[in-house]
Amino acid sequence: MKLKTLAAMALAGTLAAGPALAELVIPDLSYRTGPYAAGGTPVSDGYQDYFNMLNARDGGVGGEMFRILECETGYNTEKGVECYESTKGEGALIYQPLSTGITYQLIPKVTADGIPLHTMGYGRTSAANGEVFNWVFNYPANYWDAASVMVNYLLDENGGSLDGKNIALVYHNSAYGKEPIRTLENLSAQYGFELTQLAVDHPGQEQKSQWLQIRRERPDYVLMWGWGVMNQVAVQEAANIGFPMENFIGNWWAGAEHDVIPAGDAANGYKSLNMNRIDASLPVFDDIRTLVHDAGNAAGDGSNIGTVLYTRGMYAAMLAAEAVATAQGIHGVAAITPAMMRDGMEALDITAARMEELGMANIGPEFAVSCQDHGGSGLGIVQQWDASAGAWVALTDYIAPDDAVTLPLIMEDSAAFAAENNIEAGCM
Amino acid sequence: MFYREAGDFKTSYEADSQTFPIKFDRYRFWAMLAVAYLVIPFIINDYWANAILVPFLIYTIAAIGLNILTGYCGQVSLGTGGFMAVGAYAMYKLMTSFPDVSVVIHVILAGGITAVVGAAFGLPSLRIKGFYLAVATLAAQFFLVWLFNKVAWFYNYSASGQINAPERFVGGIAVTGPNTDAWAKYMICLVFVTVCAIIARNLTRGTMGRKWMAIRDMDIAAEIIGVNPLQAKLTAFAVSSFFIGISGALFFSVYLGAVEVGEAFGIQKSFLVLFMVIIGGLGSIFGSFAGAGFLVLLPVALKVIGVDLLGWPTDIVAHLQLVIIGALIMFFLIKEPHGLAQFWRIAKEKLRLWPFPY
Repeated sequence: MKLKTLAAMALAGTLAAGPALAELVIPDLSYRTGPYAAGGTPVSDGYQDYFNMLNARDGGVGGEMFRILECETGYNTEKGVECYESTKGEGALIYQPLSTGITYQLIPKVTADGIPLHTMGYGRTSAANGEVFNWVFNYPANYWDAASVMVNYLLDENGGSLDGKNIALVYHNSAYGKEPIRTLENLSAQYGFELTQLAVDHPGQEQKSQWLQIRRERPDYVLMWGWGVMNQVAVQEAANIGFPMENFIGNWWAGAEHDVIPAGDAANGYKSLNMNRIDASLPVFDDIRTLVHDAGNAAGDGSNIGTVLYTRGMYAAMLAAEAVATAQGIHGVAAITPAMMRDGMEALDITAARMEELGMANIGPEFAVSCQDHGGSGLGIVQQWDASAGAWVALTDYIAPDDAVTLPLIMEDSAAFAAENNIEAGCM
Repeated sequence: MFYREAGDFKTSYEADSQTFPIKFDRYRFWAMLAVAYLVIPFIINDYWANAILVPFLIYTIAAIGLNILTGYCGQVSLGTGGFMAVGAYAMYKLMTSFPDVSVVIHVILAGGITAVVGAAFGLPSLRIKGFYLAVATLAAQFFLVWLFNKVAWFYNYSASGQINAPERFVGGIAVTGPNTDAWAKYMICLVFVTVCAIIARNLTRGTMGRKWMAIRDMDIAAEIIGVNPLQAKLTAFAVSSFFIGISGALFFSVYLGAVEVGEAFGIQKSFLVLFMVIIGGLGSIFGSFAGAGFLVLLPVALKVIGVDLLGWPTDIVAHLQLVIIGALIMFFLIKEPHGLAQFWRIAKEKLRLWPFPY
């Protein structure tokens, strides 16, 4: 009798564990608290809503449902590690921590554990060299691309010459903010502009002295690598000192609605990069509204739909879902493993036709990933804030970065990483 | 009943002044050590190591360090995060400059370097006290973080300013780097905690500890009875920083593996360790363990209960955690300034009489 009960329990256990294993597990290392919550919340909303929409509309991808494990990191590396350790055992397919600090933490861990890490437009730039960073991807663009795109845009504005110009970089004093410095230094030597570096310490509420310096030196342009509360403070400070907003350009993490709205009309004209085109009328948003929000499954309060960072979170989810589909195609199984997911990501090919098919035409650039290139095309657009309309307006088409500048830097940095960690460069 | 002294005869001064004079306490201590050394390494997994036990052990060392300074010597310090950063960056420089030397030696040297830095920042304590000293150590905190961010030599000129722990071995077993097994991480931290706790316990009940406590209780009186305040305060800063440096070195190399100074060793860390000491109990080695364990476990426990069991949104649980920790600190400061260690003492008193209290 006892044995029978035990056997039944064991059977029940395997039955219960069976379907759980076959799901596509996507951890969402989000942050909805702390000084970076303003940015973390819409990204996480978009990320989760897209997977939930696929579950509701198509039954997941290839007949497998997605299961999302949300874990709050607060943009804190220790909590990020805790989140990683608590979710990796569930069969996590891909990690997208949305934090450069946590990314640095996870790069060695995912490499040892064999789980792909996708840091879309953040993280360690040299991870674009897929021969060294087999498990890390940062397509479609990275920080050095962003720096190069900004300079290319400014070159275009100034008739091809930045000679004698003074450009200030206001950056978050962390790994994230320091990333573009090397590229900008090289570009400054190449184009003859002067680069002033102004560090802003975490969390970024205190920027008076930096903007005082800008007021004194009157640089021609100010570039910004900011995130979270730092962005709104910077825009407000720029408005306070009367810095011409059209000469103030943020990177793609410093260009969302919540960054500029607090400054009101004073923020009019502020520019930023973006890797996505913002179009709130995309058909995919209608699907999310009807299938997820109206069903009461919205990840947040549902108010962020269509905003810059919501779009980006959804875009990240789309790239992950496409990689799942690609992996399923390569290996011919629906319930893929993290290793198969990696193959899918490495074979990812995003075309304009495919984006249109997904109901998000022109949301991002076309790109293809390969073993050598985990970095994608690196294209970015410049957008400008129109305060009266309350909307971001795309000023340019996709601008290409200067690969001749970024590629040698990527090779140098990844070679240093490979030497430090005894990695034999090569494809898997 | 458990903590009976009756029949527990001491026949020598050594036996009378030992750390655990009650037999049951002694057995319990050895049983704890046996479990920690002989059982846990065999059942530990990645999650328990990385999310709970390794941070617990490392924070315990930091809390012991701060407890010596604040709890035993009465010098309030808000520079713990900065001193942990000194330990971490010393560790990084040593690891990368002398790759052939054992990491165990590196950790100890990192502690030594931090002791020197800590003693230097302790010099103002001869002139200023209380809140003013807290502000002076706060300056150390900000200065050190700024220094490690500003001077590229400390992070070997890496593009991002991050420091990454290379893979290092102790007796052929990786203890740092991504391929470290959970038990190896746990064991190296456990060995350091054990040694540090034994050293700290014996320092605090010897001459040095008595001098510190004399200074804490009333520095003028201490001076009159012959305690040299210069020596007492500076040794407290040096010994405290030594332990904090060791914890910083382990925090960076064994626990996280990659560190960014502003994020990992900011003012938050100083407060966290101070809260551990307050909640655990000022002037108690056991309190350091209790406080570290409590503040490491609480967020994890809240997360497991709130998110995994009750299915609450993650942000609500994260906010709730702040509320609960804040409330607990107020509760302890008002109701039990001696912290969890005092609860433990009271429990022991009760158990001594149980089941026949008078």
